[in-house]
Amino acid sequence: MLLLLLLFSSYASAQLLVEMEGEPASLESNQTCFECHTKQIYTYENDWTGNIERKAMNPNFILDSTAFHQGVHRHFACTDCHSPEYESFPHPGEARLEPMYTCLDCHGGDDTYAQYHFELIEEEFSKSVHATRNDESFSCWMCHDPHSYKAMTRSEFKISEIVQTHNNACINCHNDPVKFQLVSDSIRPDLAKVHNFIPSYNLHLKSVRCIECHTSQQDTMWVAHQILEKELAVKKCVDCHSSNTMLMASLYKYQNLEARQDGFLNAVILNNSYVIGANRNYIFNILSIVLFGFALLAIAIHVYFRFKNR
Amino acid sequence: MAERIYLYPIWLRIWHGINALLFLVLLATGLSMQYSNPDLPLIRFDLAVQFHNIAGLILSFNYLIFLAGNFSTKNGSFYQLKLSGLYKELILQMEYYLFGVFKKRPSPFPVTKSRKFNPLQKVTYLITMYGLIPVIIITGLALMFPEFIIEKVFQSSGIFLTAILHTIVGFMLSMFLVIHVYFSTMGSSPISNFKSMMNGYHEPH
Repeated sequence: MLLLLLLFSSYASAQLLVEMEGEPASLESNQTCFECHTKQIYTYENDWTGNIERKAMNPNFILDSTAFHQGVHRHFACTDCHSPEYESFPHPGEARLEPMYTCLDCHGGDDTYAQYHFELIEEEFSKSVHATRNDESFSCWMCHDPHSYKAMTRSEFKISEIVQTHNNACINCHNDPVKFQLVSDSIRPDLAKVHNFIPSYNLHLKSVRCIECHTSQQDTMWVAHQILEKELAVKKCVDCHSSNTMLMASLYKYQNLEARQDGFLNAVILNNSYVIGANRNYIFNILSIVLFGFALLAIAIHVYFRFKNR
Repeated sequence: MAERIYLYPIWLRIWHGINALLFLVLLATGLSMQYSNPDLPLIRFDLAVQFHNIAGLILSFNYLIFLAGNFSTKNGSFYQLKLSGLYKELILQMEYYLFGVFKKRPSPFPVTKSRKFNPLQKVTYLITMYGLIPVIIITGLALMFPEFIIEKVFQSSGIFLTAILHTIVGFMLSMFLVIHVYFSTMGSSPISNFKSMMNGYHEPH
């Protein structure tokens, strides 16, 4: 009950306290937290002994303050989301057991965030393997860090930056044996090995997102969240490597407005990369057919005269 | 009938045969990738990539054999070009192909033991073997190991520029292949030059 009250009171304060439009206020209370939680080594005065103690910070609790100030939640005070009990030091042990908000706790049913379709994200996520194979402890924060979260696809980020950030969300666990074991007892498969059927795997990883192949892509979803069973992942090269490339409906839908219009099919991709089969140039196509046609015609005429004068 | 001339040593014929086969594989797989269509796959995309890569690597190695052969045997001398008078020689050869051949005129540069190629052939083969082939090999290897390609060249993807160059040169080589095969039918009989590439002997007109 106390926890519920606590949650409600902080939720209400989050709604009331933050001014989302302005510059982030360098909240004094946040500075107090950052004093220790941005450092690998922190110091404090031990009230019992009177000594200054130097301790190593738990790496999971170290925050990048620059990333925080660039993130979408930069306007919040730490205690808007975390228990106010953290304001005292040493932090009370039970504070660690505080339940965490999920995205929907703040963003659900609010018209202000309607364009982000949080309910749809929740719906897709609930069907994804991350939800069906795990219990409720698999929350949004497994993949997204609220402390540094940026709305990559809604801003002026380059495709390569979107790819890197989104892929890092997957790789952080799928390439880290310890983090992987947080949610799975099975042996973590080696990503390069299981993807060895893809030529230039590292280039693919740099150019497209894991979710291009590993999610069900719906037009209604801005960023797909329904992670599929691995057996259902896209394995056909031509799904991307063809004129009707699905990349235009997934990764490159964020940049349609900046499309290059220089005679290439799916030209917007060329701003960043080149996808054989998907990028073709109309002019080159016509020119090559005409030149080839001319060569064949010239040969045909030559053959005609050779046989005529035989 | 004039005496047959032994012009095509065994190493050259083997190299040429392998090269011809690889050309066809590379052309079919290259076209299949460039114009890939899920509804009408010429060759399945992943197989096309694999075959193209393997054939490309063998062609690159085969090219080294060609270079080594040309450096160590007299075959290399057939590619030596004298610039003086070349323009006139080219015109003369073109006139022969466009008109003379129909009037049964003798070739202006008949094949001899010391002259395997007429001037037009010499220029075309020089451009092809010492220009286009190295470019397609280098761009092909770069696309096979894309981490070596410069990421951005004048705001464009380096891979994109490399791929475009590879495709254009590939197209030029496919044009070369068609014209080369056609001109091969212009020996003493339509199949005599093909026979020559099997037995090594050139049959003069």
